[in-house]
Amino acid sequence: MALRELKVCLLGDTGVGKSSIVWRFVEDSFDPNINPTIGASFMTKTVQYQNELHKFLIWDTAGQERFRALAPMYYRGSAAAIIVYDITKEETFSTLKNWVKELRQHGPPNIVVAITGNKCDLNDVREVLEKDAKDYADSIHAIFVETSAKNAININELFIEISRRIPSTDASLTSAGKGFKLRRQPSVTKHSCC
Amino acid sequence: MNEEYDVIVLGTGLTECILSGIMSVNGKKVLHMDRNTYYGGESASITPLEDLYKRFKIPGTPPESMGRGRDWNVDLIPKFLMANGQLVNMLQLTEVTRYMDFKMIEGSFVYKGGKIFKVPSTEAEALASGLMGLFEKRRFRKFLLSCTTFDEKDPKTLEGVDPKKTTMRDMYKKFDLGQDVIDFTGHALALYRTDDYLDQPCLETINRIKLYSESLARYGKSPYLYPLYGLGELPQGFARLSAIYGGTYMLNKPIEEIVFENGRVIGVKSEGEVARCKQLICDPSYVPNQVTKVGQVIRVICILSHPIKNTNDVNSCQIIIPQNQVNRKSDIYVCMISSAHNVAAQGKYIAIVSTTVETSDPEREIKPALELLEPVEQKFVSISDMYAPTDLGTESQVFISRTYDATTHFETTCDDIKDIYKRMMGSEFDFEEMKRKKCDIFGEDQ
Repeated sequence: MALRELKVCLLGDTGVGKSSIVWRFVEDSFDPNINPTIGASFMTKTVQYQNELHKFLIWDTAGQERFRALAPMYYRGSAAAIIVYDITKEETFSTLKNWVKELRQHGPPNIVVAITGNKCDLNDVREVLEKDAKDYADSIHAIFVETSAKNAININELFIEISRRIPSTDASLTSAGKGFKLRRQPSVTKHSCC
Repeated sequence: MNEEYDVIVLGTGLTECILSGIMSVNGKKVLHMDRNTYYGGESASITPLEDLYKRFKIPGTPPESMGRGRDWNVDLIPKFLMANGQLVNMLQLTEVTRYMDFKMIEGSFVYKGGKIFKVPSTEAEALASGLMGLFEKRRFRKFLLSCTTFDEKDPKTLEGVDPKKTTMRDMYKKFDLGQDVIDFTGHALALYRTDDYLDQPCLETINRIKLYSESLARYGKSPYLYPLYGLGELPQGFARLSAIYGGTYMLNKPIEEIVFENGRVIGVKSEGEVARCKQLICDPSYVPNQVTKVGQVIRVICILSHPIKNTNDVNSCQIIIPQNQVNRKSDIYVCMISSAHNVAAQGKYIAIVSTTVETSDPEREIKPALELLEPVEQKFVSISDMYAPTDLGTESQVFISRTYDATTHFETTCDDIKDIYKRMMGSEFDFEEMKRKKCDIFGEDQ
């Protein structure tokens, strides 16, 4: 089965639950006291989609979104971006548009965008109407989903939908133009006994 | 930001970002700020191309033939990574290499008698090379073998030579090497910019030759590596490392004042607020009164629509013009990369010429290099002062990096990082210090 590596970057204001969504997806766990500034350097999970394996390489902001200091490297080569807001905080939805703008400026042209309203388990303190968010997502041709990292609602579905939207053959990412990762071992390995 | 930090770092050049990463990984609370809106300072790669035109005050906008502006990432300072060098070691220990992809530089060339020759990378190439005569090749081979098998801990390995006492000049004599081979070895393999090394003990030169041949052995075509999207990715990668370990990042922050108390730094004032700190790291531009000018470098960025002539149409290369070939004291370097590295539009090449300024007419000094590149579509010339700190930071706890020099690799940058570390921490830098202190890679790649 063909394995495809898909870089996914997370965007959205501090505290909306970006890391929690990935934690739930990758480790199937939830930590309400997750440290707000310290992210993980690298998270991966492979899922099957039709006759392909999709290995998601998920980049967390590492807190660099707090003062809008995300580097261009963060967006580079991303197949998809998950832009998260908190359904209980209106202002996190209004700033969403800035993140979309930022993504259009720095991200690859054909990036799949997923608008994600997190904390949908807190429906009684909701400030953002589902319809408003859905209309906005439709207007920019983005995926829309409401999630709860806490109660594991729609997390896998979010990634399945991303898989579905990724173009099946990715002509722009042929291996010819790709570089390589530096490995610890030299490529010319010397013979060693045992 | 009005909090207390262990270390504040000003400027996001490579040196500052690596130090910031080391400090954060070792549990220091770090605040990292830059007055610019982008990462990298002097070691940035400029994008889009329109910004490069603006920066160099070229009138008008780039012509249509330059393609999309966003496809360009143009380095301000040309350098390559030695495949077995200190920076690669740092990238691997910190796993910052996960954030980047690299390509090999396809060839290294040296200028002799107005022509360019490939620096041989295999024994077969060495035998076929027009750089030296047959008998010289044999003597050179013996010399090279002697260097590469040398073990610093076992002095017997160098045929009775004491590497700390014998000069390189005498070492060449011992192996009966001629002037051409000496020039080639010192400048294209040991990568010296001047001939001052000849009268120094040979140890350093032998180690440099070893670094070159070990780097060459790693990937084959040349000893150099280059990151896709340009060198500006390097500071961004180390900044991310620092952020993952809790470092706070702010760009576009005007720095109003570095605040001292009894001659010791206590904080930094920006936009009316003071962030307090115990130690400060910064590049020379933030402390113009605490640095001294140590020289000048001229760099000419040239955009070409063709690969450099007589290089077998490689998509990337280095050309070294040894000083005595053009009656100078220091070598001229050309670093070329292209669209294959995602730094230029399709079919375009970027060749950057650089050297240490020796006269009052630096543009004339680099003419032999420019002649190799003709025709040049667009030139961007910069002559920049190099600074070194006058204050080593012992009292003030302000630690200032050195300006990037004219060398074509990052070894001297890494030496500066190790030196600043030692002054800050009072102990020798150990690469193990850079290892990530916790498991922060999740999923299948743990």
